[in-house]
Amino acid sequence: MSMDLDLDEINEIFFEESFEGLDVMETGLLNLDQGDADSEVINDIFRAAHSIKGGAGTFGFMEISEFTHVVETLLDEVRSGTRQVSKDDIQLLLKSVDYLRDTMTALQNKQDVDAEAGESLRQQISAVLGNGGQDDSTDKKNIDEAASEDSKSEAGAEDNVDKFLESQKLWTIIFEPHLNMLQSGNDPLRIFRELESLGDLEVEALTESLPVFEKLEPQNCYLSWKLYLCTEATRDEILEVFDWVMEECDLEIIEPENTTEATDEVLEEEISKETENIIANKPIQSNETQPTKNNESNNSTTEKKVTKSKAAPKPVAKESSSIRVSIEKVDALLDLVGELVITQSMLKRFGNEYDSDSLKELGDGLTQLERYTRELQENVMDIRMLPISSNFNRFPRLVHDISGKLGKKVELKLSGEHTELDKTVLEKIGDPLVHLVRNSLDHGIETPDVRVAAGKPETGVLHLNAFQEGGNIVIRVEDDGAGINTEKILAKARDKGLVGPEENLSDDRINNLIFHPGLSTNDEVSDLSGRGVGMDVVRRNIKDLGGRVEIHSERGVGSVLTIRLPLTLAILDGQLVRCGKETYIISLLSIVETVMVNADQVNDVAGGARVYHMRGNYIPVISLNNVFKHDHNASVKNKNSGLLVVVESDGAQVGILVDELLDQQQVVIKSLEDNFKQMDGLSGATILGDGTVALILDVPGFVQSFLSSEIHKTSPHKHAA
Amino acid sequence: MNTSEAQLIEEEHFNTDSEQFLTFMLAGEEYGVEILSVQGVQGWSKTTPIPNTPDYILGVINLRGAIVPIIDLRKRFELEAIPYGSTTVVVVVKVTNEESDRTVGIVVDGVSEVYRLDNKDIQAAPEFGDAVKTEYIKGLATADEKMIILLEINKLISFDVIEEAFSNDEVNT
Amino acid sequence: MAKILAVDDSPSMRKLVSMTLRHGGHDVITADDGVDALEFAKNESVNIVVTDLHMPNMNGIALVRELRNLEHYKYIPILFLTTETSIEMKKEGKSVGATGWIVKPFNSEKLLETVAKVLA
Repeated sequence: MSMDLDLDEINEIFFEESFEGLDVMETGLLNLDQGDADSEVINDIFRAAHSIKGGAGTFGFMEISEFTHVVETLLDEVRSGTRQVSKDDIQLLLKSVDYLRDTMTALQNKQDVDAEAGESLRQQISAVLGNGGQDDSTDKKNIDEAASEDSKSEAGAEDNVDKFLESQKLWTIIFEPHLNMLQSGNDPLRIFRELESLGDLEVEALTESLPVFEKLEPQNCYLSWKLYLCTEATRDEILEVFDWVMEECDLEIIEPENTTEATDEVLEEEISKETENIIANKPIQSNETQPTKNNESNNSTTEKKVTKSKAAPKPVAKESSSIRVSIEKVDALLDLVGELVITQSMLKRFGNEYDSDSLKELGDGLTQLERYTRELQENVMDIRMLPISSNFNRFPRLVHDISGKLGKKVELKLSGEHTELDKTVLEKIGDPLVHLVRNSLDHGIETPDVRVAAGKPETGVLHLNAFQEGGNIVIRVEDDGAGINTEKILAKARDKGLVGPEENLSDDRINNLIFHPGLSTNDEVSDLSGRGVGMDVVRRNIKDLGGRVEIHSERGVGSVLTIRLPLTLAILDGQLVRCGKETYIISLLSIVETVMVNADQVNDVAGGARVYHMRGNYIPVISLNNVFKHDHNASVKNKNSGLLVVVESDGAQVGILVDELLDQQQVVIKSLEDNFKQMDGLSGATILGDGTVALILDVPGFVQSFLSSEIHKTSPHKHAA
Repeated sequence: MNTSEAQLIEEEHFNTDSEQFLTFMLAGEEYGVEILSVQGVQGWSKTTPIPNTPDYILGVINLRGAIVPIIDLRKRFELEAIPYGSTTVVVVVKVTNEESDRTVGIVVDGVSEVYRLDNKDIQAAPEFGDAVKTEYIKGLATADEKMIILLEINKLISFDVIEEAFSNDEVNT
Repeated sequence: MAKILAVDDSPSMRKLVSMTLRHGGHDVITADDGVDALEFAKNESVNIVVTDLHMPNMNGIALVRELRNLEHYKYIPILFLTTETSIEMKKEGKSVGATGWIVKPFNSEKLLETVAKVLA
């Protein structure tokens, strides 16, 4: 029999869930470390380890299975209460989790496994188990036994072939089921059939314990059997057939003294008769009543075993571009597609037999189509959404490790873990978040003595919070540490010429200077422990995701870092604008307002730049036709009037001069970068309702490049109140 | 597809005795491209210009939900521009390199024929000296007593060319 | 071919079991844990149940016990999948009414063979 199962796929699922299991173990262990020795916590850890062991064994990852077994043994001591878990134990177990994670990652990527590290850890665990290496080796043996079941049965099959040549033995088996055997779902017939697969079987029913008819309870088994089995099988193999019913029957297997040849035809006839009798007494009907011919069944069994598939599961290359989707979500999609198909066929009717009376119906149909399409879009987007918990979950460990190293006491609070984020965003926000958390631990939260001296509780609080706000996801990293030393930063910024000597900045503006490339590498302010990566990188990463980050900090009280991210990368709420002959899309989120402008409100500044005077502020004005070097007659190129769309990015505002505001609509972002290397000022393209392509303006990029080149000196910052 | 596979397929191509070519007209000359690289032929439709690109890149269009760049072959070959007419068509071709496949539309005067050409009948392009770039030409062949210029589509619309378009104005005459 | 209820909290095991059984031509209903399985079993009967032992919410032992209390699950074969080789787990499983067990790591054919065994 061949198994065309997609083992790669299943292996991948195994890795995914094992990583989850490791996370569960880690979280549990950290809880234990906090003194939370709840039996449920221990059970969770144990169960996770147990599942990993079982799965690893099944899928052929013996390194993991064996290692986890040792871990499980230690956990079992804790679970059963024979062991008081110590800090050292937890440390050891955490290390084991790390090792397993590394090993699994290696296996997933088909890389070599660090066997030495595993062996060393295993020895350490075995040592604390109290019985040295001995326990280890016996455990290993157990596992090996279980694991090698495949190969064993394969070897067994070969043995079978060999033994076929030997002469058979006639065994006598006395099988007396207890009254309740049928209630465990065990059917004597099944046992007979299995015995038959070992050789020729003769069955003799013993009816003496059958009660009088009135007292007969259908769920009870009153019969006993005397079985004659002519087989080359060993006693153990025969016993194995009765494995499941050992507790529910009396069994006697009598070893033959001499060997005989196979049974004759007459015997066989008797067997089938007997079997029919048995079936009459059986509470559950089975459709198959005739035992197959002995030789046939014997042959086919042997054959089956010999051709047993050798497909041992192998580790597969990592392909993390998959998402696990709940059946409910898929079903919802299917339902919607069904509705769409119905609507479509309804609409098709109008194409075939159109008359003006059906106009209203047509309108209804189109409304329906629109609704289903929107729902479909939302549902598909929903599939890409994953809870941020997968990202947050790494922090308890991180905080535990780092604060330990720094000699600080930190309590980590997590909230909003169920907030959902686009998968891509989620993956890319990981590193920046780690940076921010490390930064808080490093420079924010003070050592216990400093805190006590400042009149604060000695344990600092680090709070990670995620929530949705409008079309954005907000992630907050908040600490009650020392806050940012604004004077130091301002001095540094003045020193580097980033801020003029006369310029006065608000505290928030100063704080946000830590994201400036020129300042963020300053080790006193924001160099991250041992990584040498600045906050400017953090900001850039977040910006690449279409998000932004800002800091609010108060000296001695703490800092709050706020990251705002778009809900999804694939869809954008867009404002369509016409500019000459072209239609462009501006993200609605970036638009502050739109104003009508006259020529006299736009002033030319030296160097060809223009500014618009709005409520006391000067806003740089961008003409798309200038920037994109389009050459259309009907453009606003030489006009200073029209509509000015004021957009904001990083606190800076610019006005984009357009001819007309068109619709607002959600657009699907398509990348241009497949075909074009780099698109300054454009973040992609989309397909409009009429099938044409419209370009999407990259507002942050636009503002940035514009400010840094032409208008830097007249940046509205100066004028901002 | 990885490199070796691509090479294998390429080799298979050459090992077969003949290949089919789609030919099209451009300024009175007949050009041919391997039919296997042709994804389709469609009428001219308005493109959305992409700023700061050389003029032979007309822009992009929506091809069944994908954004596909359109290249004007006359401009690419620095031939005289003519207004687009009813026969003007876009030949959509798939360009393959080691990294990925890319779909590009090329605007030509009109589609001509499909020929099956024996490989032995394809001659290498003669050397024209430095004045003429022959790297895009796979070879020359004769069919129905006409000369057909067979284009090496992968080189013609190589990834470099499109990407280059943004850093190199030299091609933009 | 049989209708089989497969219960396992591990998605990969669940998938492996259900794919294998479907491959063998069976109808498979899967459940994430005992509670899930019992909910299903209350309203629908199957020919065989294959369940894991260690599961959150309701483990395999509790599930077998509950199933045997359902009239339409009284006699059907219930097999548990287990990594436990120890006698105690087998005894516990048997004591609540399980038909038998399949020791993990099993291979696909062993599962199909065992199912075929109890089915006939």
